[in-house]
Amino acid sequence: MGHGVALAHGDNYINHSKGLKSWLNTLDHKRIGIMYLIAILSFFLVGGIFAMLIRLNLFSPGSTLVSPSKYNQLFTYHGAIMVFMVIIPMIPAAIGNMVLPMMLGAKDVAFPRWNLASFYVYLSGAAIACASLFLNGVDTGWTFYTPYSIRTSTSAVWVLLGAFVMGFSSILTGLNFVVSIHKLRAPGMGWGKMPLFLWALYGTSVIQILATPVLAITLLLAALERIVGIGIFDPALGGDPVLFQHFFWFYSHPAVYIMILPAMGVISEVVPVFSRKPIFGYTAIAMATFGIALVSFVVWGHHMFVSGQSEFANFLFSLITMFVAIPTGVKVFSWLGTMYKGSLHFHAPMLYAIGFIFVFTIGGMTGMFLATLATDVHLTDTYFVVAHFHYVMVGGSLLGFLAGLHYWFPKFSGKMYAETPAMIAAILINVGFNVTFFPQFILGVLGMPRRYADYLPQFTTLNRVSTVGSWIIAAGFLLVLFYLIHALLRGKKASDNPWKALTLEWQSPSPPPHENFLVEPVVTDGPYDYRGAKAGPI
Amino acid sequence: MTLFFALVASAFAATVPVQGTDIAGAWDVLYWFLIYVSAFFVFGILAAMIYFAVRYRRQEGKRPKFIEGNTAVEIVWTVIPTILVMIMFVWGWVVYKKMIHAPLNALEIRVIGKQWLWQFVYPDGKQSINDLYVPLNRPVKLIMSSEDVLHGFFIPNFRVKHDVVPGMYTDVWFEAKIPGIHQIFCTEYCGASHSGMLARLLVLKDDQWKEFLGGKKIDIAALSSDPTFPGFRANMLGEGMPAVSQGDASAPVSLVSQGKTVAQSKGCIACHSADGSKMTGPTWKGLAGSTRKFADGSEGKADDAYLRESIENSAAKIVAGYPAGQMPVYKGLFTEVELAQVIEYIKSLK
Repeated sequence: MGHGVALAHGDNYINHSKGLKSWLNTLDHKRIGIMYLIAILSFFLVGGIFAMLIRLNLFSPGSTLVSPSKYNQLFTYHGAIMVFMVIIPMIPAAIGNMVLPMMLGAKDVAFPRWNLASFYVYLSGAAIACASLFLNGVDTGWTFYTPYSIRTSTSAVWVLLGAFVMGFSSILTGLNFVVSIHKLRAPGMGWGKMPLFLWALYGTSVIQILATPVLAITLLLAALERIVGIGIFDPALGGDPVLFQHFFWFYSHPAVYIMILPAMGVISEVVPVFSRKPIFGYTAIAMATFGIALVSFVVWGHHMFVSGQSEFANFLFSLITMFVAIPTGVKVFSWLGTMYKGSLHFHAPMLYAIGFIFVFTIGGMTGMFLATLATDVHLTDTYFVVAHFHYVMVGGSLLGFLAGLHYWFPKFSGKMYAETPAMIAAILINVGFNVTFFPQFILGVLGMPRRYADYLPQFTTLNRVSTVGSWIIAAGFLLVLFYLIHALLRGKKASDNPWKALTLEWQSPSPPPHENFLVEPVVTDGPYDYRGAKAGPI
Repeated sequence: MTLFFALVASAFAATVPVQGTDIAGAWDVLYWFLIYVSAFFVFGILAAMIYFAVRYRRQEGKRPKFIEGNTAVEIVWTVIPTILVMIMFVWGWVVYKKMIHAPLNALEIRVIGKQWLWQFVYPDGKQSINDLYVPLNRPVKLIMSSEDVLHGFFIPNFRVKHDVVPGMYTDVWFEAKIPGIHQIFCTEYCGASHSGMLARLLVLKDDQWKEFLGGKKIDIAALSSDPTFPGFRANMLGEGMPAVSQGDASAPVSLVSQGKTVAQSKGCIACHSADGSKMTGPTWKGLAGSTRKFADGSEGKADDAYLRESIENSAAKIVAGYPAGQMPVYKGLFTEVELAQVIEYIKSLK
């Protein structure tokens, strides 16, 4: 690579211009990604503290730590913050923003000003939602089910409007990514040579663009109903509370795939790199991504099997939901196929990827219990559901995010983190996660309902195990925070391509220069063409 | 060794509530099928990863094999899961059909959820709060509605659950096989005391059920010492949760005659006859269960949902031959109990 000149000057996107203002006004996708990352991790800390308080309160039966009303606010904020402010933007807006243009071989996203705007829209929405914390709080659950959300005396309008505003950020980012992928691919990068992370972001963006407007109108209607009582959802005003659930899940089910598809994309990058082998079944994984994105739009009713929805609708939604399992299975098996006869390296990103595959399989299989009509009747609205979606969202999205964070950390910080604490943290988080959430499956089967501030004495032991698990996860995250900050301050300098990966971002210096590449990259081989010397050890 | 397996088996069995009905038994068979399929894949994938991690770990001089895919293998891991999920779907549908369709001879009890208690109304006019009395070995259908927000009615031992929705009737049914006390939970978040919205299901043997019908107080302490007492504790209402009241077990008037009184006091009988004679509105005689022809040409069955809608907002469906706009909107003017009483009265006019 001929980047001697830039290296000599040490010019990169971090020191390209100086001062807080140069960051706040930046149009550089890498800086915008970093700002997203800082905001998202801050919200993650807040949401995480709420989670710890929830688990502490459930250490013993009886409202031991907070009153039931306060507890209801805790799980509402935990859910709303984690879903709308953390998991949905976590991989696309933070990691995706940094990585996507570089993987494409482009200087930036297609619309850099939109990109910056979407960040401030996101922050404004988050600020509006968080303002409710200083008013009466909100206790509706992140799902805002009517008519409770219409009638509660808490400040539900603020969170509804906050989520409404954040939706626009999601739509803008999605549009930006779709246009970038269509127009900015490097010379030689046909669709069949596009890295799978980009396929995943493409599928995610399509869902963001098509589904988010439905959430926007739903939240707006619910807010209007609260403010002026228009009577769409509240039966006392002639409305229909089940209609709200249809609207809400029409977005929020696809949103689950907004959360998981990018994580799957990260895993599809990490597994081949650390196996020194091509991804197994490239076309099948790319098609599976779109299969999942498409099916995601027509399965929302599986959240509503006991809501009063018709028997025929239940039949259809159960049937269609079953088909989600097939492309998902294809992906899991393909990652295993990639590891087969590889040369496996167990760096932190790979440990998270392996954890992801195991935990996500449990999340996926337990989804079958909820897609199957009869079993869902007993399990829905119990802790089984809580455990299931944490296996998918935390075990899936969050482990995928951590894999990506560690994988691209050297590229964007220019520093290496310490490998040993990273491995310990990966193990702590994986173990702690399973200790926290596996007992919740059993609690659910035994009948413990979700969103309970208090529980029957026979559920005590399993709840205690779960709470202890949450401490192990917290220890893991604190360790991550510690060694990553240490790496930023004192880490060894990272080479341009520490993992010997083949995607374009690694052809640039670490950290990359302001406009990403010193020489415009040209694609000749596929992104996973590990053969000959390229397949050599890291 | 045998002891070990016996212990493991009993530990697994303890992860599922007791089988309070035959349908709970059918549910459990399906559940364990899903568990075995899941365990096969989860442990299979885990074993494969551990094996690969050891066998294919980075070693000096060993080169990875360049493999980009294998069509045959990919077809296999697409087709086999497809077959499995179709088995799950069909099996789930078959058991679900049994769960949701109550036999026609089921005893109908009305359930009203409100923040934060359960009210039960029996055909003979009795009412109880947070204690639901039902006979053993007899199908019981619960017709449920809510006074305020969404609630969820859940009996884990029977594997039945349904949301309780304001402005709408939903139902669950069961045929209890184990006498004694079973736990009822509210499963749809409903505000501050959601986790305190608990109730007891009291399954009575024949003689006890006769005593209950006869207006005698049932000794709940005696029920809980029943040797067949199922998994949940008698004292399921933990500290800080609302106390249970025995309810009014001696109401003298049946639900039907209560409904007749309500129909008189609300003025219904000014326009609706009980004997088939034609008045301003359609007669109630033979109405319930019949097929109605509407002014717009459509047809519909006069079930509970229809009767409720016609009381609250008659303009929604005008019976052919009657002018629209005659009947005022009664929405909000009937309590859930009054609605139940009038509907039962209409249903009694065969």
